[in-house]
Amino acid sequence: MEALEKFRQETRAWLEENCPPSMRTPMTSEDETVWGGRNAKYKNPEAKLWLDRMASRGWTAPTWPKEYGGGGLTKEENLVLQQELRRIKARPALSSFGIWMLGPALLEFANEEQKKEHLPKIVRGEIRWCQGYSEPGAGSDLAGLQTKCEDKGDHYLVNGQKIWTSYADKADWIFCLVRTDPTKKHDGISFLLFDMMSPGVEARPITMISGASPFCETFFTDVKVPKKNLVGELNKGWTIAKRLLQHEREMISGMGLGGVGSGTGLGGLDQVAKEYFGEVDGKIASAQLRDHITRQKMDSKAFALTMQRSAEEAKAGQGPGAASSIFKYYGTELNKRRYELLLELMGTQALGWEGDGFTDDEIGITRSWLRSKGNSIEGGTSEVQLNVVSKRVLGLPD
Amino acid sequence: MALVLTEEQQLLRDTATQFFQERLPVANLRKLRDTRDATGFDRAAWKEMADLGFAGIMISEKYGGTEFGPVGLGLVLEQAGRTLAATPLVSTVLLCGSAVQLAGNATQRQEILSAIAAGERIMALALEEGPHHNPSRIATRAEADGTSFRITGKKTFVLDGHVAEQLIVVARTSGDMNDRSGITLFLVDPKADGVKVTRTHMVDSRNAANIEFNNVSVPSSAVLGSIDGGNDVLEQVLDIARIGLSAEMLGLVQQTFDTTLAYLKERKQFGKVIGSFQALQHRMAVLFAEIELCRSVVLDALSAIEARRNDVPLLASLAKARLSDTATLMTNEGLQMHGGMGMTDQFDIGLFMKRARVAAASFGDGNFHRDRFANLEGY
Repeated sequence: MEALEKFRQETRAWLEENCPPSMRTPMTSEDETVWGGRNAKYKNPEAKLWLDRMASRGWTAPTWPKEYGGGGLTKEENLVLQQELRRIKARPALSSFGIWMLGPALLEFANEEQKKEHLPKIVRGEIRWCQGYSEPGAGSDLAGLQTKCEDKGDHYLVNGQKIWTSYADKADWIFCLVRTDPTKKHDGISFLLFDMMSPGVEARPITMISGASPFCETFFTDVKVPKKNLVGELNKGWTIAKRLLQHEREMISGMGLGGVGSGTGLGGLDQVAKEYFGEVDGKIASAQLRDHITRQKMDSKAFALTMQRSAEEAKAGQGPGAASSIFKYYGTELNKRRYELLLELMGTQALGWEGDGFTDDEIGITRSWLRSKGNSIEGGTSEVQLNVVSKRVLGLPD
Repeated sequence: MALVLTEEQQLLRDTATQFFQERLPVANLRKLRDTRDATGFDRAAWKEMADLGFAGIMISEKYGGTEFGPVGLGLVLEQAGRTLAATPLVSTVLLCGSAVQLAGNATQRQEILSAIAAGERIMALALEEGPHHNPSRIATRAEADGTSFRITGKKTFVLDGHVAEQLIVVARTSGDMNDRSGITLFLVDPKADGVKVTRTHMVDSRNAANIEFNNVSVPSSAVLGSIDGGNDVLEQVLDIARIGLSAEMLGLVQQTFDTTLAYLKERKQFGKVIGSFQALQHRMAVLFAEIELCRSVVLDALSAIEARRNDVPLLASLAKARLSDTATLMTNEGLQMHGGMGMTDQFDIGLFMKRARVAAASFGDGNFHRDRFANLEGY
């Protein structure tokens, strides 16, 4: 306990000295997010400074081992670090699929050479990764993927197409599921890493209903990949894929709490309602909306408590309880409902597309509402999640 | 926050589970109902519960209690909810015991709390005056008459009212019907002149009564707490009861879910078990999620009382609203999934639905508590 308190004091002092002032203010737009990578652009030079300082301590990946560039912190120390970061309202130094998804999988499944090669660059934000999972014919049925990977002796040859590849047009490397045995389904998939600069790789952004283009169609035509870039055993990639999906689902389920990615400077639902609908004697003028807001707040609070309970159970060594299986489903549905409610509260002011007549915050709500629809589709649809709960948790038969 | 149980609490839960499964299974409630039992609960079982320390869970050791605390009581109530056990836990322990603990003077505490802990006194709170929970709208009046008071009014839905040996009556000593101040709690002997108790038979086969007070004289020593200042105590007592009832409903909901799940794995139609149909699977998965959220809310609300946190009122409303609504949903879905058999008295699902509705209506349903939550949050 004493050591932890000492760690807190040291961390606080270090952050006080090293977190630049502009990194302690809320982000005003999406493009201020720091993703790193070869082509990273920094609107604010302090963002780069903040990244480098945090990376020098390994604190962009606090719990990864030090030998791979991580912070080497215990869970408890990391909790303290996160608390101290929140205390000064620090922006994330680095947002990264490498840290959230690939890194944990590499730590578990990669060989020593691969870990030494890739993990430190992820920590330092030097290489930006994207995920090559879904294909036009393989969405919910991901294991039906067809991207072909042939053994050509001294290299692999990859041909095929991925879709919904997040930021493929901006990423440096891809972690990719490929078919190495066409005669089997789950047991014919391998997990491959390769450079997006390789000849034969092409990424085309897709314009989404929100107007943004964060996803791409990615085409592979005779892409040569060194054989050392296979992670784990040949045809055993599905195990890695599933583990990685767990990390992805955890990441997405946090959205239901209403803070992350909400893009609203407008305050809580009740404040929004008072401003856009009006109030009578301190109460929201519409009894119906007031009730809808309360339902949303109650569900949100209950969900937050459930995530907390699950974390406490895990800490008490009770393993990931059955509760965690519902997070992706519930969190994303909650987030969608939240945006639908915001639209109801704000009326036509939340239905602008661009230009005069709407504030940036209002446009932000509109765009985020459209974006939120994807939450219950990406990373396993709500329906797939309910199948998982039915079969694995409740033991209901096929 | 304690969202994970300690070893001692797990032990208590196991003891409670065994007790209710063996001593007060659903069959016990059926028997009370079918024999039109005059008491409406099993006195011998209540005495055993007292011996196990359940009656004195919230009561300090110096009055013979066990001090397991609110989380412990919640665990007992959850297990009681699983078997629909008819006991005076809500009336005597949650409501009246808490009121005496919070507002009683030394003499009252010594005398009443020891009796409750020993399982030797049944008490009831005479609060409601209409079909909807409304603790701030009190028309029953207590007029000062020298050093004593005279109570006149009509109370309804008094839990365990017809078997209670002592009542706590919520009456107005000043102000208008809707004023929050001016409310006083009185200890009243139901056998006193002018008290008329009429048992009501509720759909859940549990005890309740309508009670009329016609110029009932009580001495000033019968005042519980301060004159005109009863509202604060009442709100705290009600929050404890709301959270306790939520714990009971958690057990009820979990049991209904488990029973329904087992039925889906057993009942065959079209040549396969009906639990293999996705239309039913997804509904069960959604209910599973709802119940997991319920469990978190109830645990946090119980630990809020235990830690004397200042968000107890907010969590009481959160828990009571969520559990009332989920209990309604779960029992409706459970009955539907049991098909025609669910409509028969032979199957327990109907009993669970009936209890769910009465528990939901007790001390505020979802509508009441969403409104209260919004008021507490200032919108």
